[in-house]
Amino acid sequence: MVNFSKSKMIGVFIVCILGLAFSAPNFFKEQTLKNLPDWLPHKHINLGLDLQGGSHLLVEVEFSAVINEQLESVLDDVRTELRKSRIKYTGLSVDGKTSVKVNIREPEKTEQARSLLLKLVKQMDITETNNTIRLKLTEKAIIERRNSAIAQSISIINRRIDPTGTRELSIQRQGDERILIQLPGVKNPERIKRLLGKTAKMSFHLTDNRLDEAMRGRIPPGSKLLPRIASKQERGQVLIKKRVMVSGEDLVDSQPSTDGTTGEPVVSFRFNSRGSKKFGKTTAANVNRPFAIVLDGEVISDPVIREPILGGSGQISGNFSFQEATELALLLRAGALPAPLTILEERSVGPGLGADSIAAGKIASIIGMVLVIAFMAIAYGKFGVMADIALIINMLLILGGLSALQATLTLPGIAGIVLTIGMAVDANVLIFERIREEVRLGMGPVSAIDAGYKRAFTTIIDANVTTLIAAALLFVFGSGPIKGFAVTLGIGIITSMFTAIMMTRLLVVLWLRRTNPKKLPL
Amino acid sequence: MSALNLIPANINLAFIPKRKIFMAFSALLVLASIFMFLGKGLNYGIDFKGGIMLEVRTEKAADIAEMRSILGSLGLGEVSLQEFGQPTDVLIRIQRQDGDEKAQQEAINKIKAILGTSVEYRRTEFVGPKVSDELFWDGLTAVSLAIFAILIYIWFRFEWQFGFAAIFALSHDVITTIGIFALMGFEFNLSTVAAVLTIAGYSINDTVVVFDRVRENLRKYKKLPFSELLNNSINQTLSRTVITSVTTLLALLALYFLGGEVIRDFSFAMIWGVLIGTYSSIFLAVPILLNLNIKRVGTLVGDVQTEQNP
Repeated sequence: MVNFSKSKMIGVFIVCILGLAFSAPNFFKEQTLKNLPDWLPHKHINLGLDLQGGSHLLVEVEFSAVINEQLESVLDDVRTELRKSRIKYTGLSVDGKTSVKVNIREPEKTEQARSLLLKLVKQMDITETNNTIRLKLTEKAIIERRNSAIAQSISIINRRIDPTGTRELSIQRQGDERILIQLPGVKNPERIKRLLGKTAKMSFHLTDNRLDEAMRGRIPPGSKLLPRIASKQERGQVLIKKRVMVSGEDLVDSQPSTDGTTGEPVVSFRFNSRGSKKFGKTTAANVNRPFAIVLDGEVISDPVIREPILGGSGQISGNFSFQEATELALLLRAGALPAPLTILEERSVGPGLGADSIAAGKIASIIGMVLVIAFMAIAYGKFGVMADIALIINMLLILGGLSALQATLTLPGIAGIVLTIGMAVDANVLIFERIREEVRLGMGPVSAIDAGYKRAFTTIIDANVTTLIAAALLFVFGSGPIKGFAVTLGIGIITSMFTAIMMTRLLVVLWLRRTNPKKLPL
Repeated sequence: MSALNLIPANINLAFIPKRKIFMAFSALLVLASIFMFLGKGLNYGIDFKGGIMLEVRTEKAADIAEMRSILGSLGLGEVSLQEFGQPTDVLIRIQRQDGDEKAQQEAINKIKAILGTSVEYRRTEFVGPKVSDELFWDGLTAVSLAIFAILIYIWFRFEWQFGFAAIFALSHDVITTIGIFALMGFEFNLSTVAAVLTIAGYSINDTVVVFDRVRENLRKYKKLPFSELLNNSINQTLSRTVITSVTTLLALLALYFLGGEVIRDFSFAMIWGVLIGTYSSIFLAVPILLNLNIKRVGTLVGDVQTEQNP
């Protein structure tokens, strides 16, 4: 016991130095750290959104909309193909969630239709029963489509929220159809949610002048009734031709600006060369007729074409406020989402509350620590002071561990640290109590200490493993802040076992060697 | 600097002889808890039932009655307001809105529109129905798995009787914690689940320490009547039990009073847990061993090396 080996001593020493080195940066400001040599650790603890302020948004991609759109387009293709080949059919429709069915009226042509459709569609299984042909998307096609829809959504969300690419944010896929967006320091989560709330599918259409007829319930084939965008003074509906004149995909740039004559906020845009050509050709052929600008199934405006628009640029006016114009321009620049997003969960914390929580957490930790330190000194005298030194080093190790692992510290995480302060001394309490007992049984100081450490050891392991189990399960099943609690609790248990067993033992041994006492002050 | 023996060395309190009193007391506590849980129910937070919660700070002391009538006029169903820590801070809870997730977002927009920019929005939390269901089941899974994993560990390290006794005490702690949350009407949310799991860890920790001593004494004293052996084991570890509880409570009390309003309920749950965990280790986990038919000679699993003299 008294011969605590040199190598062990060095080991304890190294761990302490490392703990100190990694925890030290947290006591200095960012600027001071920049001047330090590179080889020194200079990372702060990573603060969770609940401490530094920010927004946590969990959104779901409405993937069924993507599949529906795909099935609708298959439907169109099938219709065109069958008509072209003069095959009569009935009941062409979307069937269930992932298939399209059609009933061939002349049984002798079923085989022909089947082979035509086989050539037409990709990644679909074709089956036929009683002259009904069913086209079903393959599992693989759905998964691929889903993966690409999520990836595309992530990159578009990124462009919408962070157009300049300078913000610190994290956008991650979670599960099959979800995306977790974490935005540290965001002050206005409502704006972000507005930006996520629009799919921003834009298209230009010619209008159909048979509106009266349509309003009476007879919508001409190939046309569609759409409402004007809500919140505008002009109400009512617009009858548009379904065929897309130019789609939003052909936009290369859009910026907010003001109209030269009216001074009204507008969005000016530019097409790529394909878009310019199409737009020029169509406007040239339809002078003095209105066309409609459609965004997410609503008509923003339906101006009359005064002259052919050939330069490939134009502007959209729709009674916008300047903020609306700015946001629409941003949405158009970032591109359309493949499917609408639904916000499933939001947790936003303002910077004020975060700062208050940090301050309160610091005070609670310090006061808690002072109380425990004082109590231990009263209960165990010199030995208590040694446990206190170990406790302080334990705190440094926890801070160092969190900084080195770049684990996220949350408010419940701070609670975990405070709890650790209280429980960390438990191992020492077990050891000291054991030593007291051995002394009472008549053992000399050295052998009592030796027996105390040895006998308490298994108890310490058993007692701590159970708490570690709880921490591990919290980490696996917990979300966000609770994970932070599990991390600090787990790190705290491991470091406290080290400090309580190795550190205090080293201190006790050094003290024994120096004083060689006849009686233990315990 | 000399030490102070807070608990006298030769202490010998009659825990085991009085076990029936404590068993009856605990049975009463558990029954009352179940009654509270079924009758009054838990005050589930938005984590588990979905809904909207906002924490706002006003410039001057908030007029809660006025705020209530303003928000009540929005027609969002049940709106609850409460002062949160200080007179300027108000916690607003809005029940889960009918309809899908979009309806919830619209409600948030309405609230923020009517309160305007005169208040500081310190916290906005919204949990949709899908997520709240998942969080509920995840929480339940975590607690059940934790209890199961601990049971397996104790069984592995001791014998099944000890595992049973530990889970017996642990279930008592978890049930009464839920009972006190129902009684006090404290919000039961994700943090509370974390607290319950931590309590489970702490309670077992305490129990294991006494069990370790029981196991050791079983090897040492083969002739001592079992009830006396158990009583000695509790008394021998009493000093440790009390001191560790005190240090943990000191730290938790600092957290409760100084750690801020957001984690006050969480701290309360843990303070309660330390008290009930300590109680159950001494008064339930050990006495129940008497009724579990533990074989006395040479049947204990575990390390023999601690028996050898150093």
